[in-house]
Amino acid sequence: MKRLTVPALLAVLFGVLLWVSMTGILNSYWQSVLMFMGVNIILATSLNIINGNMGEFSCGHAGFMAVGAYVSSLISVALFTKSSVFGDPLLSPDLAVWLFPLVLLAGSLAASVVGLLVAIPSFKTRGDYLAIITIAASYIVKSTIENIGAIGGARGFMGMSGVMNAMNDTAKLPWILIWVFLGTVFSVWFIRRFIYSTFGKGVDAICQDEIAAEIMSVNTDRVKLVAFMVSCGLAGLAGGLFAHILGYVNPGTFTILKSTEIMVMVYLGGMGSISGSVLAAIVMTLLIEYLRDAFGFINTFLHYISIIPDSYEVTQVWKWVLIPLLLVLLMQFRPEGIMGRRELADVFPGLRKFYKFKG
Amino acid sequence: MLQSFLQNILNALQWGSFYSLIALGYCLVYGVLLLINFAHGDIFMVGAYLAFFVSMVLLGKYGAISGLPGWMVLSLAVPLTMILTAVVGVTLERIAYRPLRRKGVNRLYVVITALMCGLILENGNLALLGASRKSFPTLIPIQVYDFYGVTVTNLKLMVIGVAILSFLLLHFIVTRTKIGMAMRAISYDRFAVPLMGIPADTVIVFTFVLGSGFAGLAGLFFAMTYPVIDPYMGALIGWKAFIAAVVGGIGSIAGAFAGGFLLGFVEIMVVAFFPSTYRDLIAFSILLLILSIRPTGLFGVARRTKI
Amino acid sequence: MALLDVKEMTQYFGGLCAVSEFSVSLEQGQMVALIGPNGAGKTTVFNLVSGFYKPTRGEIIFKGQSIKGLKPHQVTSCGIARTFQNIRLWFEMTVLDNIRIAQHHALGYGLWDCFLRTPRYMQSERNIEDHAMDVLTRLGLRDVAHELPKNLPYGVQRLVEIARALSIKPALLMLDEPAAGLNSSDVEGLIKLVGDIHKDYGLAVWMIEHQMDVVMSLCSWIKVIDFGATIADGTPTAIQNNPDVIKAYLGDDTI
Repeated sequence: MKRLTVPALLAVLFGVLLWVSMTGILNSYWQSVLMFMGVNIILATSLNIINGNMGEFSCGHAGFMAVGAYVSSLISVALFTKSSVFGDPLLSPDLAVWLFPLVLLAGSLAASVVGLLVAIPSFKTRGDYLAIITIAASYIVKSTIENIGAIGGARGFMGMSGVMNAMNDTAKLPWILIWVFLGTVFSVWFIRRFIYSTFGKGVDAICQDEIAAEIMSVNTDRVKLVAFMVSCGLAGLAGGLFAHILGYVNPGTFTILKSTEIMVMVYLGGMGSISGSVLAAIVMTLLIEYLRDAFGFINTFLHYISIIPDSYEVTQVWKWVLIPLLLVLLMQFRPEGIMGRRELADVFPGLRKFYKFKG
Repeated sequence: MLQSFLQNILNALQWGSFYSLIALGYCLVYGVLLLINFAHGDIFMVGAYLAFFVSMVLLGKYGAISGLPGWMVLSLAVPLTMILTAVVGVTLERIAYRPLRRKGVNRLYVVITALMCGLILENGNLALLGASRKSFPTLIPIQVYDFYGVTVTNLKLMVIGVAILSFLLLHFIVTRTKIGMAMRAISYDRFAVPLMGIPADTVIVFTFVLGSGFAGLAGLFFAMTYPVIDPYMGALIGWKAFIAAVVGGIGSIAGAFAGGFLLGFVEIMVVAFFPSTYRDLIAFSILLLILSIRPTGLFGVARRTKI
Repeated sequence: MALLDVKEMTQYFGGLCAVSEFSVSLEQGQMVALIGPNGAGKTTVFNLVSGFYKPTRGEIIFKGQSIKGLKPHQVTSCGIARTFQNIRLWFEMTVLDNIRIAQHHALGYGLWDCFLRTPRYMQSERNIEDHAMDVLTRLGLRDVAHELPKNLPYGVQRLVEIARALSIKPALLMLDEPAAGLNSSDVEGLIKLVGDIHKDYGLAVWMIEHQMDVVMSLCSWIKVIDFGATIADGTPTAIQNNPDVIKAYLGDDTI
């Protein structure tokens, strides 16, 4: 019975989400916040494999997200809806609902393959040099997309809302919410099962002492390859979902700033802690949304107490001063993040009663 | 044909000079602290802005003093910019990096801090000064010389000259002076150095002074050459200068320098033959290629770890 | 046929000759020591056989197959396990996990098996855990299975390291200074332990060691190297009286 607790909770959560969405209790703004939360959870947990468990410094996660976003968008638009780039849909729009997971999978696989750009150098290179390679890879992806005029280049690509509409025609359900939920659950589940297996623990072993790992029969090249491909593939999944939430995708989104956002979540949550990444992703998403509104208030307040000149407006830009500052302070005072290297079960042993935590 | 080739070489030298001056800063700090100072590109940007304000004040544009002639402003701006930028660099070191070094934390945390400080500098600038770009004032009249069809300006020559002089000066400091030796010693064993009576912190501060100072110099001349400055100008150039330093061999000054010029050369040549939007893409790809063949860079020395 | 046959193995690092024409032959179940002054090249010899470096010249033959040029994890899969001079455990993972990870050569499942929790995966994980607990129990470490090595005393850490190496079921166990840093009662325990596992598992043991009581009580053959070259080779008694060996360790009388 213990084994069914979490699936039961997830099913209940799923039901609640569907209900609040369909009855309109939760407006579309908050629905999209929840969906971005899901995307961020996937991004943070997947980056955690590399930056947390393996202890590397990958600054290019946004690049793999971009690959997934573009590949799944291009495929889904080409197949299921009419667009200026591809013309008429290649398949019947009725199939959109059934084949969408495959489209997302295609995006993930593409991102995994691009991940080889970084995975293969990682066999011999570590640390700072690998960080450079991830930055370069991310720039190369972004630059390549910007140079392909046929899919919109720097202007971006759209049409995914058409695909969503096609799904809506088949059944009136909040499809993108459903896909994001399923994608998030799948990712966290997949990562958890990978990391807790003896195979997955090889990743931590490489982090703590790669030479010992090699001598203790761990095929480090293979483990690194798998870790990178899983991490990049799931980033691609997040990208695909992200693109379909917005209905529009543009290479300017996938910059080092985006990679930094994801990194903040990983380090805030605690390196190597899946529950940490999930929590941090939730907190950060809410924080960013809160700051969006809060600045109006802060602005008025600061003007009111005359700290700042009348002509100066406190804007959104300060968000990008505050978030890095948060991470700097974190590094100074609590570098291990919220959870350190532990999981929820280690912090709240009482939870063990309800769920059988493996390993 | 030869003319356009020479023209390109000249442009590459000039463009590469900026990369080299910035790459030097990465190299020095990495050589001493084994830390990639990700905020360095933004220190370059701060340098450009400091140069802007210094020049505007000295030219009398803010009414603080009656304006000085262009040549004098330039001669004063060079040391002032370098000093002020060095102050910014050292402050960063004292506030952000040194406390972490004291605590002896994992190097990764310092790297993350560096990256975040860079973002704070960029966005702080944007937040404080607004999104409008600033136009750098003309300090000296541009004189164009025509050399058998190759266009050379006095500014271009000045930039290249400054870069070469900087390299010579730094090379001299690092190889011939006591503090230079101390800098090299620290990179090998940070804990032994204070035991030998050399104050490690002083050496580290000196390294940041040098690195940031030259980044400021690069900022000044960059702003003179391309007179529009904006808060994000340091980001891309910084990353590229950094990769150039690594390709050249980040432990060695000559390597960082060579890397900077190499990158300049690659970019100018790429733009000569391909549409300019491909410039970054091809430059990064070539650098990635070089790194995969020779991971320690062209002039870098591999450090053997004892098993 | 010898279990391990090293023939004229030579290693240059740049211009420096670290190991010169090193040869050794170990039979199944034999216990051999490699001794020599500090910096003689003993650990380099081990690193060469383990696969961290590829020798510039020479041959390494294990169970009749050449293992020269194989990667370390492949060498280990062939049946050679090794410990290090400095304890190289994974200090942030439990003792049990340390042993489990050493079973990577016997995983028998892939990534999707992990996710889908296939029977193959479940069986394999069960076997790995059982085997790990067996090895730990055998070495008296069952009680610390869920502790982190960083919280354990040095002597216990050494034991865990040996347990980890043993869990690979090697035919040859290479121990690099196993007695380093141990107090005298731990050393006695080590001697007894190595003797016991040698008897129970019939494995060959090749050790680098400075502490002569360990070497003398366990090993039937000793090789002495200095500056990368072999200077003597023989039974413990012969080595004890060998003038070249004495000279290498203590220097000669001429001033």
